[in-house]
Amino acid sequence: MTAFVLKRLGFAVITLFAVLTIVFFIVRVLPGDPAMAILGDQASQAALNALRARLGLDQPLYVQYLQFLGGVVVGDWGVSMVSGRPVIQEILKVLPATLELTFVSLVLGAAVGIPLGVWSAVRRNKLPDYITRMASLLGLSFPAFVSAVLLLIVFAIQLRWFPVISSGQGTTLSDRLRDLALPAVNLGLIMAAYITRVSRSAMLEVLNQDYVRTAHAKGLAFATIIWRHCLRNALIPVVTVVGLYLGILIGNSVLTEIVFNRPGLGKLIIGALNQRDYTMLQGMMVIYTLIVVLVNLITDLTYGLIDPRIKYS
Amino acid sequence: MTDAATAPLSRAAYLRSAAVAMGGGLIKAFNANKTSWVGLGGFLIVVLLAVLAPAIAPYDPLDQNILYRLKPPSAEHWLGTDFYGRDTLSRILWGARISLAIGLIAIGSAMVIGTLIGMVAGYYGGRTDIIVMQVMDVLLAFPSLILGLIVVAMLGPSIANLVIAIALTAVPPFARIARAPTIAVKNREFIEAGRALGYSDLRLMFGHILPNIAPEILVMGSLWLATAIRVEASLAFIGLGVSPPTATWGGMIREGFENILDSFWLALFPSLAILVVVFALNLLGDGLRDAIDPRLRGEE
Amino acid sequence: MKMPILSVEGLTTSFRVEGEWLPVVRNVGFAIGEGETVAVVGESGSGKSVTALSIMRLVQQGVGRVEGSVKLGGRELLTLDDAAMRDVRGGEIGMIFQEPMTSLNPVLTVGFQVAEALTRHRGMDGAEAGAEVLRLFDLVRIPDARRRAGEHPHSFSGGMRQRVMIAMALACRPKLLIADEPTTALDVTIQAQILELIRELQNEIGMSVMFITHDMGVVAEIADRVVVMLKGEKVEEAPAAELFTAPKHGYTRMLLGAVPKLGALAETATPRRFPAMAQTGPGPEPDGEPDRRGDAILDVEGLTTRFSMHGGLFGRTTGYVHAVEDVSFAVRAGETLALVGESGCGKSTTGRSILRLVEPTAGKVRFEGENLMEADAAALRAARRRMQMIFQDPYGSLNPRQTVGSAIGEPIRVHGLANGVEVEEKVARLLDLVGLTREHALRFPHEFSGGQRQRICIARGLALEPSLIVADESVSALDASIKAQVVNLMLDLQRELGLAYLFISHDIAVVERVSHRIAVMLLGEIVEIGPRDAVLSNPRHPYTRKLIEAVPVPDPATRGRRRGLIADELQSPVRPVGWTRPERRMVTVGPEHFVMEH
Repeated sequence: MTAFVLKRLGFAVITLFAVLTIVFFIVRVLPGDPAMAILGDQASQAALNALRARLGLDQPLYVQYLQFLGGVVVGDWGVSMVSGRPVIQEILKVLPATLELTFVSLVLGAAVGIPLGVWSAVRRNKLPDYITRMASLLGLSFPAFVSAVLLLIVFAIQLRWFPVISSGQGTTLSDRLRDLALPAVNLGLIMAAYITRVSRSAMLEVLNQDYVRTAHAKGLAFATIIWRHCLRNALIPVVTVVGLYLGILIGNSVLTEIVFNRPGLGKLIIGALNQRDYTMLQGMMVIYTLIVVLVNLITDLTYGLIDPRIKYS
Repeated sequence: MTDAATAPLSRAAYLRSAAVAMGGGLIKAFNANKTSWVGLGGFLIVVLLAVLAPAIAPYDPLDQNILYRLKPPSAEHWLGTDFYGRDTLSRILWGARISLAIGLIAIGSAMVIGTLIGMVAGYYGGRTDIIVMQVMDVLLAFPSLILGLIVVAMLGPSIANLVIAIALTAVPPFARIARAPTIAVKNREFIEAGRALGYSDLRLMFGHILPNIAPEILVMGSLWLATAIRVEASLAFIGLGVSPPTATWGGMIREGFENILDSFWLALFPSLAILVVVFALNLLGDGLRDAIDPRLRGEE
Repeated sequence: MKMPILSVEGLTTSFRVEGEWLPVVRNVGFAIGEGETVAVVGESGSGKSVTALSIMRLVQQGVGRVEGSVKLGGRELLTLDDAAMRDVRGGEIGMIFQEPMTSLNPVLTVGFQVAEALTRHRGMDGAEAGAEVLRLFDLVRIPDARRRAGEHPHSFSGGMRQRVMIAMALACRPKLLIADEPTTALDVTIQAQILELIRELQNEIGMSVMFITHDMGVVAEIADRVVVMLKGEKVEEAPAAELFTAPKHGYTRMLLGAVPKLGALAETATPRRFPAMAQTGPGPEPDGEPDRRGDAILDVEGLTTRFSMHGGLFGRTTGYVHAVEDVSFAVRAGETLALVGESGCGKSTTGRSILRLVEPTAGKVRFEGENLMEADAAALRAARRRMQMIFQDPYGSLNPRQTVGSAIGEPIRVHGLANGVEVEEKVARLLDLVGLTREHALRFPHEFSGGQRQRICIARGLALEPSLIVADESVSALDASIKAQVVNLMLDLQRELGLAYLFISHDIAVVERVSHRIAVMLLGEIVEIGPRDAVLSNPRHPYTRKLIEAVPVPDPATRGRRRGLIADELQSPVRPVGWTRPERRMVTVGPEHFVMEH
């Protein structure tokens, strides 16, 4: 098991390195000039050159690359061009709000999605299955900002149950929950739609396995077979796919934060975009990469816990 | 023996029967899941409306009319007007053209590039496969909205750049989608038999593997077209869509959102438009995918 | 007869296909007495497995419908409520299945899975069940029971998993054990062990057994009485001895005629066709036996194929699978050399290495005078024209999206042997040659049966007019009667076209039919090679002897050979890095008969 953990850890470091490299080169190789993007195309040549020097863009590409990587490692992610404060501080300030939102949504999505998917698979081609399938398909057809806007129209504007603008800064628990409710429901339900579908197909796959027939031949009760013999096997692909859906979850969290005007990475990145805060954007890419790699690592390790075949390989 | 049986078999006859086999498979898949017909119908209606937009839209989508600002739905303006007095219905119809064009071109190219990458990786296996798929997995893990956002922010918002950004995020999934069945088909004995018969790798890949994995890839294409339309709208909503005043659905929701407290329909109708298209495409792709067996069991 | 343990009457099972109920088992009836073993035999599609599932009421409701009567000790099972039926399953009737590899839950330990039956049916608590599991593992001869009970199924071999399944089925001392093809997926030596085990346990516990199989040899080994099924109906039922000596139904006679009986060709040197119908004896010799004294067309020398295994943090090579080790043999024109051995012995890899479908590590392969190991791509492609391969799976070896005609015509076009109408003419002639007609050319593979598909594969292989065909388990997946037809076709083609075969198979009885010479492989090496009759009648290597002894003989009179209940298994051909093979020598023991020193 230790070897397995070490191996995954090593793998995560390599992936981190690879993603950072890809992201760096995508940004640099694209035929756009950051300095021009920041100052606009009316800027004077002198101003452009000065900015390029300040950003280190006048250096050879490999020097920029090494500086970028070195900076990431030691926590020097540059200084925001708008606020003048270290990028890493700005990010760490809003990170908890985003993590809180995505974590709660993920739990909500799994809590709704897994039982629904199992139920749907067990009742395959019966009415509950059809309803669940249509509902989950509809759920994942929603762009996150559309569902967010609709939730806002219904629950905040028409029914006035929730604040239109959630500060995310509430001090009491009930305040925080009230702020969190609509955004988390929005993200969580979309996540639930995805998880329902994966759980359903994973469960259908498992129900056809020979070992399920063995369990029946042993005289076990149906519920025992489902919960003890099938669910754990079905969770293996579910965990993998949920890891893959992380990208969607992050993208959706950005949109949700914008609609609900909730502080977090989403608002930070949009602000950086609008104000052409180049160093901030670079820092955002690093933090997203870190999150992605970290979550994939957690997924891999969970996988090892569920599937005994992993430990030995 | 009958005359038909002894007649020489023409090449046309071979081709015809092959076409029948492939087309028959798709029709069978459609019939196995009736909801895919609903999805296909819905999508085709939207495509038709988009193509006919110049003819059927009641107003010019860019015509501003300050006197008719922020009007709720009425007999003259079925879906109301926006902040500049432009007709919402006309803008939705014209916006469909942008959404569909960007989606179709981006997914079409991603499908071709991704399928090639996935087939090559799956077919040759070994180190090529490990390296290529590692790169793809890394890109896949990265949030596509963020990636698209950075690309558009760097290149500037134009239709071409949006296509590039969305295609870039859709290549890795297609590589993944193409690779798995390539490996499944590659390990079947008819490919090994082909190698023993002296067929070249190109012939095996394009003549034997591609026809077997094509249905699956086309089905995934419809699902990813839905995703592409969603991402395009999301980018437009963030402010990285095709520049105003061109009508795009995401851009309309963005503008509507600014006036959401007094005229919520401005955001509502384009939202529903997106939902209808994406849901139709998902119905179509989902139904077909259910009917096409991933392990090609249906062929036996 | 006393009251039977199980009595089945008028059993009819139907499945819903496109809205209509299609009967798969029709009006089947039989009884199983106390301590009796009844074999239910039939080919694929005979409904024998569905019969077993119907008795256990494991046919999915809504999809399948079971009618008739199934009585266990006088109690009707088909009308029992679900809870009571669950008490019967695993409590009074135990069941084991064909696929030991997939029949155990991968995420639960084997001990837990066996204990589950004990806590469910015998009301034991955890500790009691744990102790009982160890006793059961001892009973089914799983070595080192205490440690192994805590392991997950993936660390068990197929034979060991089947022992676990048996332990689970016997956990509650059932009155009846239903065994559904329990040895079909196993190697022949492991099959012998499992059959022996079931027989012993039956004596120890005194249960009845319903044994479902397609293999007449296995029937002869184990059954007291035999029920023969054909297309969902029972066509004959008789005591085993009677059935084998005086089969009444035509189908039974055909089935017995199609079963090769090891030893039937002793003292003959050449292959023999299967007798057309129900005659016993060696069968006619193909006339015009081609001259085989010529030079070798294939000469393999020191062929070695290894696959590296990776592991550890940095994917270092941690060992090698020595799939093929220093294998040498020759095949002459018009001759059949059989490569026999159990799964994992490297016989298939040897065939693929010769065609360079996998890259060998070392050695020489000389084919029609040319060294293939040094051939460039063009030369290799040319050589592959003269050397074709036919595979095991008749479903997998044809492209499902290609018509039969275009599949057979494609190699002709690719190699430029003909074009235009000529190709179609050639295709038509090839189809005639393998016993199909030219109108079959426009159909797709899924419209054909397994045997017909194998004929199509043979036609495709012949399209390039090869001189050597590597047949990799080409008839193993076919039903006995179809197998006999395809073997006869291959023998006819050999005579007509002077083909040489490298016939790779695990089935020694079929090998006796088709081969001139036999090479026995073990762990990647040839341990014995020689003329067929010499190797089979006078095996010199202990492994060859063990292999031949393990083959079930379709003759109940030979029963009672006791092989002992050893639970040894094949070693693995995985070796650590730097392993060097000990020096080995082949010893001459007869004319052209060599055996590895042991």
